[in-house]
Amino acid sequence: MPRPLVIGLAGQPNVGKSTVFSILTGLTAEVGNWPGRTIERREGSARIGGREFHVVDLPGTYSLTSNSEEERIAREFILRERPDVIIMLADAAALERNLYLLAELLLLPIPVVLGVNMVDVARREGVEFDAHVLEAALGLPVVPMVASRNEGVAELLQAAAAVADGQRDYAPDRPEIAAAHREVYEEVCTLVAGAVPEGVPDSWVALKLLEGDREVTERAAEWLAPEPRARVQALLREHEDAVLDVAGARYEWIGRMVRAAVRRPKLGQVSFTDRFDRIATHPGWGLALLLGVFALVFWVTFSVAGPVQGWLEEGVVARVATGLGALLGGAPAWVQGLVIDGLLAGAGIVVTFVPILFVFYLALGFLEDTGYQSRMAYVMDRFMHGIGLHGKSFLPLFLGFGCNVPAVMGSRVIESRPARLLTIMLAPFVPCSARLLVLAFLVPLFFPAFPTLVAWSLVVANLLVLVLIGVLLDRFVFRRERLAFVMEMPLYHLPNPRTILVYAATNVWTFIKRAATIIVVVSMVIWVLVSYPGAGVDDSYLAMFGRSLEPVGSLLGLDWRLIVATLSSFVAKENSIAALGIIFGSEGESLGQTLAMVITPAAALSFLVVNMLFVPCVATVAAIRAETRSWGWTLASAGLMLASALLFGLLVYRLALLFGLGGAGA
Amino acid sequence: MTSANEFILSDLPDGFRGIVARVTGGRDLAARLAAMGLTAGTQIVVLQNRGFGPMLACVRDTRIALGRSQAGLVTVYECPTAAN
Repeated sequence: MPRPLVIGLAGQPNVGKSTVFSILTGLTAEVGNWPGRTIERREGSARIGGREFHVVDLPGTYSLTSNSEEERIAREFILRERPDVIIMLADAAALERNLYLLAELLLLPIPVVLGVNMVDVARREGVEFDAHVLEAALGLPVVPMVASRNEGVAELLQAAAAVADGQRDYAPDRPEIAAAHREVYEEVCTLVAGAVPEGVPDSWVALKLLEGDREVTERAAEWLAPEPRARVQALLREHEDAVLDVAGARYEWIGRMVRAAVRRPKLGQVSFTDRFDRIATHPGWGLALLLGVFALVFWVTFSVAGPVQGWLEEGVVARVATGLGALLGGAPAWVQGLVIDGLLAGAGIVVTFVPILFVFYLALGFLEDTGYQSRMAYVMDRFMHGIGLHGKSFLPLFLGFGCNVPAVMGSRVIESRPARLLTIMLAPFVPCSARLLVLAFLVPLFFPAFPTLVAWSLVVANLLVLVLIGVLLDRFVFRRERLAFVMEMPLYHLPNPRTILVYAATNVWTFIKRAATIIVVVSMVIWVLVSYPGAGVDDSYLAMFGRSLEPVGSLLGLDWRLIVATLSSFVAKENSIAALGIIFGSEGESLGQTLAMVITPAAALSFLVVNMLFVPCVATVAAIRAETRSWGWTLASAGLMLASALLFGLLVYRLALLFGLGGAGA
Repeated sequence: MTSANEFILSDLPDGFRGIVARVTGGRDLAARLAAMGLTAGTQIVVLQNRGFGPMLACVRDTRIALGRSQAGLVTVYECPTAAN
């Protein structure tokens, strides 16, 4: 059996690459990181007609210059790991701009097969294209596709295999440099020849030098001997304008390639995207829509996932606990306690989070897949300027609703360091899914009469705190700085259920993996800290520590139990529930009844506010350290969160007391 | 080419059709915009410009959102045959 063909899946953003990847690899997909980077690397295997393929999903990039981490990863993969074939996906509705990436890929020594996706959307936009004509012009296989309906995906893979096997002609037409710079290009080619490492084409290095590519310029200085280096540098200084010429020549080549292949029978019609954008990008209506979408996401999460969660809790976790109790009947009391009250209490609550997390990620995946997410960035841009950021920071911060770790790491799409630091400092203020789950779990217990209203108000208040902190940091710590906001607004299209399901499942699985390791261990540790040295919780180690902090906590209405639950959230935010479950669960009634009896509404509000703003979880702290490369900023972030938690907890508690929420029962 | 008919992109009203004259403000911005289809000589249509906040323009079938300061670095001249 022949070895699997290695395929690199390339494409600009918003071309449906995730959909194609999930169709190809299905359940074999694995998520890791690119070596030495924090950007996700997704790969998996596919099998068509008895042939095995290994597919690596490259980051979506508009070009292959070294402007961004993603672009460097994509070209390093091609040059170092040498896939057998590259499959490039293009958007049929914006073919010219998409082929810019093809013009770059064709300079690298790996054959390329082109999949032109979303031909149905393009047709609705009034763009018709002829794959055979384009194929003849480009000299490489072109496959028309509608990936969301699984049309053309198998054909694309077969074309890739045929090119790799040499069964299909591959003689691509490559763009050439404009006449004005041909001479200097050839001279640079000659100068770098021989000095460039094995496997990197001289012609590509020469072109990247003329384009002013930072990484290649730095590397070439190391590769070249002093004399040719000086000559190359002199040539590049003389021809600084070459970058525009290189881009211009690529589009001229693209123009020639698509001239006969693309037709626009209908001109001047108003597309759905333009009509919907009149609302979605409107400064007023767009904002109203965005808030409405957020409200809807929360409403769906509470009303759909809530009942499922209750069923899991009563129907599954409680039964497992009974079963385990019978099974461990003869075991020592401490083993029963550790397994049932420690391990299962922690793991069980984690399991009941799954429906909420899943519904939440389905909603986020839907927003991303339809193309609406970038409108959010556009609408939010002017508000982000108020806190020294632009619309692009909205996306990483928005990711923070899933998890603060990708929010901190996603901040690297922002070019300037002050703006990136500011985004990193603000990211932990975004209520992550774990904290939202804490809300989703506790708010209905504390405030059964109007859970959605209370949860929604808490989230809005949390975001107001974020804005306030942002304004203060921008004003007093970071100098106001102008930032480049440039972003594509993709055409709206029907979401693909499979892509969204895979997105949600991957994220939920990541959460479960994390839960299985850290959270259960912490839950068990807490059980030990709660059960020893004395007989009751009141005599435990944790109680001792909690009591020592009670003088501060009582100002915010937090007794030692609530303090302990808050402290345990440092390892993982959702641990505060596990801790509450263990501490209050030992009284024999359901957690909801116990909490409602013991904690006043004012203290409950204060506890929720403190938990939403408390020191970021250990994973986020680690991410902040990794991204800022500074313990100073890391500690500053933790200190800032702690101070805000205490300040706003105090404020909310005192206000709630004024409004008479200090009595028992909600 | 310099002419009396050159405008700054951020000053142009909704629906304006023109040709990109040049992108100033450095090689990085020019390269990023080029990869998204915005190069000198391309037809550009202003989709939304409210005089504050970011604006939307369409080049090569691509809708691009530009911050106000970036739009201020793009020069556009009037398209003489801007009939449709």
